[in-house]
Amino acid sequence: MTVEAKLGQVANYVDERTGAAAFLKKSLRKVFPDHWSFLLGEVALYSFIILLLSGTFLTFWFDPSMREVVYEGAYQPLEGVKMSAAYASALDISFEVRGGLLMRQIHHWAALIFMAAIVAHLLRVFFTGAFRKPREGNWIIGVGLLTLGIVEGFLGYSLPDDLLSGTGIRIAEAIIQAIPVVGSYLSYFAFGGVFPGELFIPRIYIVHVLLLPGAFLALITVHLMLVWYQKHTQYPGPGRTEKNVVGYPLMPMYMAKAGGFFFIVFGVTAFLAAVASINPIWLYGPYTPAQISAGSQPDWYMGWLDGLVRMAPPIETYFFGYTVSWNILIPGLIIPGILFTGMALYPFIESWITGDKREHHLLDRPRNAPNRTALGAMSLTFMMVTLINGGNDLIATHFDLSINQIMWGTRFGVFILPPLAFIITKRLCLSLQRADRELVLHGRETGRLLRMPSGEFVEVHEPISPEKAFILTSHEQLPALELPAVDARGVKRAGALKNKLRARLSNANAVAIPKVSTEDLKEIESH
Amino acid sequence: MSSQLEPIKDPGLPAHVHRKTDTDPKAADRAERQVAAMFGISALGTVLLIISYIFVPDDLFIFIPIMGSQNAHQLGLGLGMAIALFFIGLGAIHWAKTLMPDQEVVMQRHEFRSPEEDRKAFVDTVKEGVSSSGLGRRSLIKRSLGAALGLSALSPILLLRDLGPLPGPEQKMTNWKSGTYLVTDPGDRRIKASDLEVGSVAQVMPEFADPKDRHLDDIAKDALLLIRLRPAEFNLEPDRLAMTHEGIIAFSKICSHMGCAVALYEQTTKHLLCPCHQSTFDVTRAAKVIFGPAARPLPQLDITVDDEGYLIARKPFSEPVGPSFWGREK
Repeated sequence: MTVEAKLGQVANYVDERTGAAAFLKKSLRKVFPDHWSFLLGEVALYSFIILLLSGTFLTFWFDPSMREVVYEGAYQPLEGVKMSAAYASALDISFEVRGGLLMRQIHHWAALIFMAAIVAHLLRVFFTGAFRKPREGNWIIGVGLLTLGIVEGFLGYSLPDDLLSGTGIRIAEAIIQAIPVVGSYLSYFAFGGVFPGELFIPRIYIVHVLLLPGAFLALITVHLMLVWYQKHTQYPGPGRTEKNVVGYPLMPMYMAKAGGFFFIVFGVTAFLAAVASINPIWLYGPYTPAQISAGSQPDWYMGWLDGLVRMAPPIETYFFGYTVSWNILIPGLIIPGILFTGMALYPFIESWITGDKREHHLLDRPRNAPNRTALGAMSLTFMMVTLINGGNDLIATHFDLSINQIMWGTRFGVFILPPLAFIITKRLCLSLQRADRELVLHGRETGRLLRMPSGEFVEVHEPISPEKAFILTSHEQLPALELPAVDARGVKRAGALKNKLRARLSNANAVAIPKVSTEDLKEIESH
Repeated sequence: MSSQLEPIKDPGLPAHVHRKTDTDPKAADRAERQVAAMFGISALGTVLLIISYIFVPDDLFIFIPIMGSQNAHQLGLGLGMAIALFFIGLGAIHWAKTLMPDQEVVMQRHEFRSPEEDRKAFVDTVKEGVSSSGLGRRSLIKRSLGAALGLSALSPILLLRDLGPLPGPEQKMTNWKSGTYLVTDPGDRRIKASDLEVGSVAQVMPEFADPKDRHLDDIAKDALLLIRLRPAEFNLEPDRLAMTHEGIIAFSKICSHMGCAVALYEQTTKHLLCPCHQSTFDVTRAAKVIFGPAARPLPQLDITVDDEGYLIARKPFSEPVGPSFWGREK
């Protein structure tokens, strides 16, 4: 029997029992637009698969127990040192299981890449406006995945119970304790009593390997199903409209590319793990609350939080004998809470300001949404300033600065630089719009100089292609909302203050350099 | 308004440009060979991985320029795996880009909003379901069901109660009692004032009858820093000065900010620095916070000596050590 005939039999068997052919026929021809920035989410997905595979490998040897043991393994410098079974087994994985260290490093590198890819993907979605209707739900799922990723990563590097990870847990415990009224209770419930106790590692282990991965799987599944069902967004271009999607069919082009890309991501992660040491826990030693190493740093995606905590002013208040640690609450819980809630709600805020409730499948070029782009730049700047302060000790030693200078610099910087970034970015966007307009009206500079009979030199401009002209002018320019304080009958509207705010935001949002129209071009030609 | 002006026309999808491999069979064959070569390199990577796993001892170190001394076993495994995976991916993508049809296709989007009649039918179905079940009319059922569901949600919360004990007095106590000997860590030897030179710093623990009973829970509260200055260098209130002994001053080593070990002592400035968040404490002024996010000084332990000259605690700490919590001052 030929291969085709055999495959046909299998297909027949499946189809007669599920009726899958009708669905698959359509699905295999499903169209996916092609752009490098659409790969960022794929990198996150593939890193997640790598994390599942390498993590499963690690669980075969890791002993999530805080039972005290005396180390007698292959790593000589720690011979005879008292440590937790968790740390000892992490050392065994590194030194006695063949490929164990490689897998540990793949796992950790994949976690860093996972988080980096999520953030990059989020930025792509944000700056291109891909979160707009009908994709608000998927945006919220994405913000949820980012949040869970931060927690999962933190738990992951806490598990080996080395000196660095124990220090991180200690800080987490201080944040829990700082919650007013219930903090001590929550901390006692989490740790089974006083810090560190003997229960925390086994507890976070099951959260790290079962609960959160389960939540990830569920959320990622819904995320992808929505992408599938709603179809991918696409960049504007000739022939691309809100009503169609232009790209390659799933079978074979997209399948081969995406499948191949998984192996590339895995290969690069394995390469990093092979040549670049990460989290060498044997150098840190086992956790003890009385010790610490200078330059204690969390993984990069926690750096901003650490930087915020570092720059917080030393404020604690006492009333009726109760203590409120603002120096921990504000940077550790309140600001992150506001940031992540604001991020999750952003699609709704934007549509409230623009009054735009239509579906959008064509992406924005960031310059054509100056306020959104500026807001993104502002948030990024905030994160960068806090991240810098999170590494203030390392920056101080590497660049011969004083920690105090960096701290004060970032304390002021965190207020001054983000608004500055907003203003600069908005102006840049408008300048780019202006440049687009110039380009469409007067063509591109060719670099060829002509000498006129009069002796004057002029540069020859060449009209740009109709495709390019279309891309530069196909975006919408929405007018500001008209929200008069009184209605048609002269009666004051309810919620006047809210309306006023909305009108102001909408006005600010509608600032744009008018795009070129056909009339503009005709007028220029007639000259 | 620019929106009323006529926008520039959509020139439509650009014409498909054929690749060399689409028209030239030789180029296509070459691309096939290239793809096969990449898959071949991948196979070699797996061979490298197998050889490294079986034949390269895991204590063999080799020198590699730039990278320095590397564990050959580890490096062989990793590079083998990286090559094996990477070239499968590269081959597949090269295959897709050169030999698979690259004609872009157009698919129409459908509107997500259902047709009006479907929406109406849906609303009718829901209304019908609600009314036929009696959920709308029979309010007794509705209310009692709500109460039952709400109450049943309490059980998981209740069942988690035994995750830990309720905070008790131990939250605010340490193992430092009146008369507890200060002992070295490590070593568990008692200390005389003369063991500590001026300008030096030492980490000490309270004496345990059996040092084996000392667990991390104890260390997390008891860790103490001894610092010896010249008595004239102190700038202390009289009651605080009375808590020192011959220039030896004792502070909790657990940071009052978030509980890290305050391990960095700067001898010239007499400052203690917490490496976690850079809270800085001035030893000469009873660990007053002079920089960083900590809001309180490190608790000071009242120390003296016994008849034989060994350092002991005169009194327990007068306040809880470590990070703040809600009922700390109660």
